[in-house]
Amino acid sequence: MATDTPTADDAGDDLPLPTTVASAAVAAAVLLPLVWLVRTALDVGLADAIDISTRPSTVEVFINSAALVVVVTVASVLIGVPLAFLTVRTDLPFRRWFTVAVSLPLVIPSYVGAFAFVSAFGPQGAFQRLLAPLGVERLPEIYGFHGAALVVTLYTYPYVFITTRAALKSLDTTLIDAARTLDHSRWEAFRRVTVPQIKPAVGAGALLVALYALSDFGTPAIMQFDAFTRVIFVEFTSFGRDVAALLSLQLVAVTLLILGLESHVRGNEPLYAGRQGGRTGGTIRLGKWKYVAVAACLTVSGVALIVPLGILLSWLSQGGAEVGRSLAFRPEYAINSIGVSAGAALVAVVAGLPVAYLAAKHPTRLTDAFERATYVGYAVPGVVLGLALVYLGTSYARPLYQTIYLLIAAYVVRFLPQAVGSMRASFLRVNPALPEAARTLGRSSFGAFRAVTLPLIAPGLFGGAALVFLTTMKELPATLLLRPSGFKTLVTHIWTATESGYYGHAAVPALILLGVSGLSMLVILSQEGYDVK
Amino acid sequence: MSNSTIHATDEPATERPTTDEATAPVLELDQVSKSYGPERVIEGLSLSVTEGEILTLLGPSGCGKTTTLRLIAGLERPNAGEVSLNGTAVSGPDSFVEPEDRGVGVVFQEFALFPHLTATENVGFGLEAWNDDAREARVEELLDLVGLEAQGDSYPDELSGGQQQRVALARSLAPEPDVLLLDEPFSNLDVDLRVKMREEVRRILKEAGVTAVSVTHDQEEALSISDRVAVMNDGRIEQVGEPEQVFQQPESRFVAGFLGHASFLPGYVHGGEVTTGLGPVPRDQINGLAGTYDRTRIDVLVRPDDIRAVPVDGEGDGRVISRRYLGPTVLYEVRLDDDTTVQCMHNHDESIPLDTAVRIELDADHELAWFPSDQRPADADE
Repeated sequence: MATDTPTADDAGDDLPLPTTVASAAVAAAVLLPLVWLVRTALDVGLADAIDISTRPSTVEVFINSAALVVVVTVASVLIGVPLAFLTVRTDLPFRRWFTVAVSLPLVIPSYVGAFAFVSAFGPQGAFQRLLAPLGVERLPEIYGFHGAALVVTLYTYPYVFITTRAALKSLDTTLIDAARTLDHSRWEAFRRVTVPQIKPAVGAGALLVALYALSDFGTPAIMQFDAFTRVIFVEFTSFGRDVAALLSLQLVAVTLLILGLESHVRGNEPLYAGRQGGRTGGTIRLGKWKYVAVAACLTVSGVALIVPLGILLSWLSQGGAEVGRSLAFRPEYAINSIGVSAGAALVAVVAGLPVAYLAAKHPTRLTDAFERATYVGYAVPGVVLGLALVYLGTSYARPLYQTIYLLIAAYVVRFLPQAVGSMRASFLRVNPALPEAARTLGRSSFGAFRAVTLPLIAPGLFGGAALVFLTTMKELPATLLLRPSGFKTLVTHIWTATESGYYGHAAVPALILLGVSGLSMLVILSQEGYDVK
Repeated sequence: MSNSTIHATDEPATERPTTDEATAPVLELDQVSKSYGPERVIEGLSLSVTEGEILTLLGPSGCGKTTTLRLIAGLERPNAGEVSLNGTAVSGPDSFVEPEDRGVGVVFQEFALFPHLTATENVGFGLEAWNDDAREARVEELLDLVGLEAQGDSYPDELSGGQQQRVALARSLAPEPDVLLLDEPFSNLDVDLRVKMREEVRRILKEAGVTAVSVTHDQEEALSISDRVAVMNDGRIEQVGEPEQVFQQPESRFVAGFLGHASFLPGYVHGGEVTTGLGPVPRDQINGLAGTYDRTRIDVLVRPDDIRAVPVDGEGDGRVISRRYLGPTVLYEVRLDDDTTVQCMHNHDESIPLDTAVRIELDADHELAWFPSDQRPADADE
C-alpha cells in the first residue's frame, strides 16, 4: 500500500515567500554595518592587529569591561529577583507602589544617573559639602570601577526585576502546592519548582543587563573608567580609526559570547498553551521581616531615584543664568528627540514584523537565523554601530551621511530586537487555530492575518514601538556620532552641558527626558497588561 | 490486520432516513496519505460521506483522525491521494484549493473564538461578503438556532463553555458550508454538559441539514451523535458503518476492543455447534460463520452484558478475580478454568465476593461476532 514517499519539497513548503524575502532583507540590512566594520578592521593588517590586541593597555580594557559586566549582572540578579519575589509573592505593604518605584529607575538614562552621582558624591560634591561640618573630609572614590558598577547596576536591575516578575506572576502556584504536598519545604519547593520555571525569564533579564553594561557609553565616560566604549570613542576622536575599529570588533566578539551563553538558558515554548487550570494566588506572610523588606525596597528605589532627581531639581532651582546663550535650552531639542524616536519606532515595527512572524509561527533554522541576526544589531554597542555607519556613510553613502535618515537607520538597527522580541511574544500567544478558523470562514491568509492576528498582537506591536521609542530617546553615542551638524536633541544638549561642566544646563533637558521616558514606560505597562497589583 | 480493513467505498450506500436520494457523495477521500517528515500519519485512507449525514471518525489519540480533518479542511496538504468535494478535487496531485475557497466549516477543539470580537461579530465573521441586512438576519437566525439570542454582545471570555461551543457552531454554520468538520467538539466541556451538548449539537446539525464529519476518541459520543462511525487506528480506517453495526459486528479485534469492553472466548467449530469453555454455543447464534471454518478454532466476541456469572457450590466455570463498582452496574472479571478471562456486567445490587466459584451463563439475544483464532494478534492491541 506504499502509494507514495515523502516528497522532497515537503520540508520547506510552509515558509511564505514574501515574508521570508522581507525577513532576509531586514537581516541583511542589520548585518551590513557589521560587515563594514570588519572590512575596516582588516585594513589594519594582521601584524598590527596582533600588536594592538596584545598591548597591555588593550588587555586591561578587556579585563575592565569583563569585570564590569560580571559584577553588574550578578548584582542586578541579586537585587532584581528578590525584589520581584517580594512584590509578587509576599504580603509586602504598599506592593503596588513599590512595584512602580522599583521599576522606575529604568526610565533614567544611566549617564544622567552617572553625572548626578558624580556631582553628589564626587570631591566637593553636594554630599561632601553637606557632611563637611561633621568633619568628613572625603567620601569614598566615586570615579572608576566602583562608581561605574554602582550606577550601571542601579539603572539596569529593573530589566531582571520586570522579566522575573512577569514569570512569577504567570507561575501556576498549584505546582508549588504540589511540591509542598510531596514533602518539600518552602525553600526546597522554591529551588526545585520555582527556580527552573523562572530561570529563562531571569536569564533574559540578565542578558539585557549584561549587554547594557558592556555597551554603555555614558557611564564609563563620565566615571572616567576605561571600558571598551570609552576607549573606542577616545581613539576615534583622536584619529585612531583603525584601533577604534579593531577594539570595536573585540567588543562585538565579547557580545556574541554573552549571547551564545544566554541561548542555552532560553526557552522556546509557546505561551498560549495555558488552559483554565492552575491558580496564581497565594502569598507568603513576611511577619517581622516586613520591615527589612520595606527598608530594602526603599533603599534601592530611593538611591536610584532620589539622588538624580534631587540633584536635577537643585540645579533647576539654582538656574544657570551665568552662562552664554549657546548653552541655553530650546524647545526644538525636545521636538527633534521625539521626532527621530518616533521615526525609529515606526520603522522598527514595520521591519520587525516579518522577522517576528516567521520566528514565532514558522520556527526553522533559517527563520531563527534571521531573528538572531536582528539581535546582532542590538548586541553591537551604540558607539560601535555609530562608528560602523560613519565608515559606511563616508565611503559609500555620502548623500546619506550626516542626515536624519542614517541616524534613524542606526537607531533601528540598534533597537530592532526590542520590537521583534515584543511582537514575537505576541505572535506566540495567538492560538494557531484562530487564523485557521478565519481561513475556513472564507478569508485569505493575508485577510486572516489582518482581521484576526493583527488585532490580537496589537498590544505587543505598540509595546515594541514604545520600547524602541524609549530607548532611542536615551541613546547617546550613536546620536553623537551620526547626527547632522547643527541637529541637537535632548541627549546631545545634556552631553554638551556636562562636558563643559555647566551641569545646571543639563537639568531641563534631563527632566524632560525623564518625563517622556516615563510616559513611554506607562504605555508599555498598560499595553502589555503588566499588572502591578 | 489489513485484510479486515474495509473502506467505506466498498460498501453499498447506506440507507439513512436523511438521504432521500442516492446522490453522489458530498465528500470523498481517495487513497489519501500524509507524512510529517519520516512519520506516516495517514496511510491510503478512503472515505465517502453523503449529503446530510453525520459521520464520526473514532480512534485513539495519535491515530490520525485530526490530521484527516485538517486535510479535508485544506489546513494540511496530503502527500498523496485526492480529496473531493461535490465531485471536484480540492486536494490532489495537481490541484489545491485554499481553505477559504472550499466551503468547509470547522468547529475547533478549543472553539478558537476570536477573543477580540463579540459573539455576534464572531458569527458574522465568515459573512464578510454579504450585505449588512442579509448578514444581520443570518447572524440573528443562527444565534436563535443555537439559543443565544441574548448573548450577542458578549465577548467569548464572558460566555460559559457550553455557550462558547454554541457560538463556535453558529459561526461555522453561518456561511452555509457544504461540509462541517468538528474536531473533538465536546472534549473541552464538563461531563454533564458534554452529554447535554451532544444531543443539542445533533439537533442543530440535523436542523441545519448540514453534512458533518466529527472527530472523537470517545466511543459513547461517537455512537450517540453519528449516523455512521469510522473507526480509525494507526492512520487507517478499520471499519465504517452504522453505530449498531460497528458495535455488534466489529470486523477487527481492534474495533471490538475499542468500542466497549470485549472478551474473546476461544471455541472450536464442529457441526451445528461451537464448543467453548462455557459449553456449546449453537452455530446459528454466531454471525455469518461460513462452512469453510468447520473444524477450526475461532474466538467468539462476548460483551459484558452478554454473559452472567452465577455463584455455585463446588466447581463452576471459573472464579471471580476482580470486581469494579461503576455505580449503576458492577463489572466482574472471571478467570475461566482454561485461563481465559471474561468480563460480565451485573446490576449494582448483586454482589459476588472475590474468589467465588461461578458458573457463566451466555445470555445474548443477538448474534455474536467472531474472529479466526489464527488471526490473534501477537500482543494485545490496546
